[in-house]
Amino acid sequence: MSTVEVPRGVPLDRPNPFDPSPQLTRLRETRPISRMIFFPDEHEGWLITGHEQVKKVLADTRFSSSSTFQRSPVDSPFLPKQLKEFPVEPGMFIRMDPPDHTRLRRKLTGVFTVKRMKVLEARVAEIVNQHLDELAASPKPADLVEKFALPVPSMVICELLGVPYEERAEFQTRSHKMLSFSTQPEERMASIKEIQEYILGLAKQKRAEPTDDLLSDLTQDDDLEPAEMGGIGFLLLVAGHETTANMLGLGTFALLEHPEQLEILRDDPELMPKAVEELLRYLSIIHLGARRIAAEDIEFEGHLIKKGDSVSISVAGANRDPNKFDDPDTLDVRRTATGHVSFGHGVHQCLGQQLARIEMRIGFEALLRRFPGLRLAVDPSEVPLRTDMAIYGVHKLPVTW
Amino acid sequence: MKIKADREVCVGAGMCVLTAAELFDQDDDEGRVLVLQPEPHPDQVAAAREAVELCPSGALSLEEG
Repeated sequence: MSTVEVPRGVPLDRPNPFDPSPQLTRLRETRPISRMIFFPDEHEGWLITGHEQVKKVLADTRFSSSSTFQRSPVDSPFLPKQLKEFPVEPGMFIRMDPPDHTRLRRKLTGVFTVKRMKVLEARVAEIVNQHLDELAASPKPADLVEKFALPVPSMVICELLGVPYEERAEFQTRSHKMLSFSTQPEERMASIKEIQEYILGLAKQKRAEPTDDLLSDLTQDDDLEPAEMGGIGFLLLVAGHETTANMLGLGTFALLEHPEQLEILRDDPELMPKAVEELLRYLSIIHLGARRIAAEDIEFEGHLIKKGDSVSISVAGANRDPNKFDDPDTLDVRRTATGHVSFGHGVHQCLGQQLARIEMRIGFEALLRRFPGLRLAVDPSEVPLRTDMAIYGVHKLPVTW
Repeated sequence: MKIKADREVCVGAGMCVLTAAELFDQDDDEGRVLVLQPEPHPDQVAAAREAVELCPSGALSLEEG
């Protein structure tokens, strides 16, 4: 009865830069739990697009994060051509299930509490203002990604971890390579290794001479192997700058393209926390979504998901589900968008989400206040979109003011 | 109504504190949930329900009645 084909891979096209693939929308309307053919080995797994169903899968640890087998859900060399075993590397708690996951995550959660992040607000504001000063002094037009969206979260996570910001080239180019669908699997693995080695080298210094930062603290923890520290540092460094950077870049693009929303926000800056949640929901930058493997046969809302089946989660599908959000395809900075799954759900829900919220709240607020005439310097169709990356956003955002 | 928190299950995401700071806090070491007020006032019940719904790990629940 359905007219939607079984998709080959996660539909990632975004004809409208802010909307998910129309194929995802059609799938959610007809089959929120759908078969999907994974690249490149033709494995028939599942694609989950409904909000309620996505939350259920992410909350259920029978859907394991720790499979050692990786299958590519996109048509690219990104992951190996053959179904290939990738052992879970030490410290990579994003690919572990409890209790291993719990043990490592708990070493970090104290640093990222709501209270601890509030203490960082003043420093985040300084970093934001410093970059906006530089932007104001730049020749017009300027690339907002290069001048603001990327450096702000990079500097914040570098300071928190204790990574020298001057050495960002060491990890930014490799992190970019790691997340690009055009990267060959061997090259991708090499990039991951290089960032980990960089962190490990740094950790060695810090173990001998600890400073006041998270990496130093971790090196003093006798329960952590050096390799585990490398994995943890890697995760925090990459997640800390790639995600928020793209929310700042794409979020600004979205606001500029919705001038009435921008006006509402300028008239009432108190709306900013709501606007941040709404932008997170509306833009769903984790467009490749999360993946899980059924650790056993699972009866799931009338479907039998068999042990070993790959399950792909669509954050964008869930965040635009009309069963959860009224008029979901409209950007409305006044709505209460809590309950979106942009930070995931379940035990793996984003560790750094409270930091990301603060960076976005302070970042957007200062940008809009200081540049009342901010506008795109090119036609919107010329803004290069990151449809080729695991994390969506804009490669550049040329602006003037 | 009573708020129940399973600190063994908590992953320290902080959604409860963000949603209802008057009802929840996180400990300093591991960021695990602390219930400040196990029996919410009638005007806090909606926030308590929201915090339970948003809790990613399922550490929070409500005992009705």
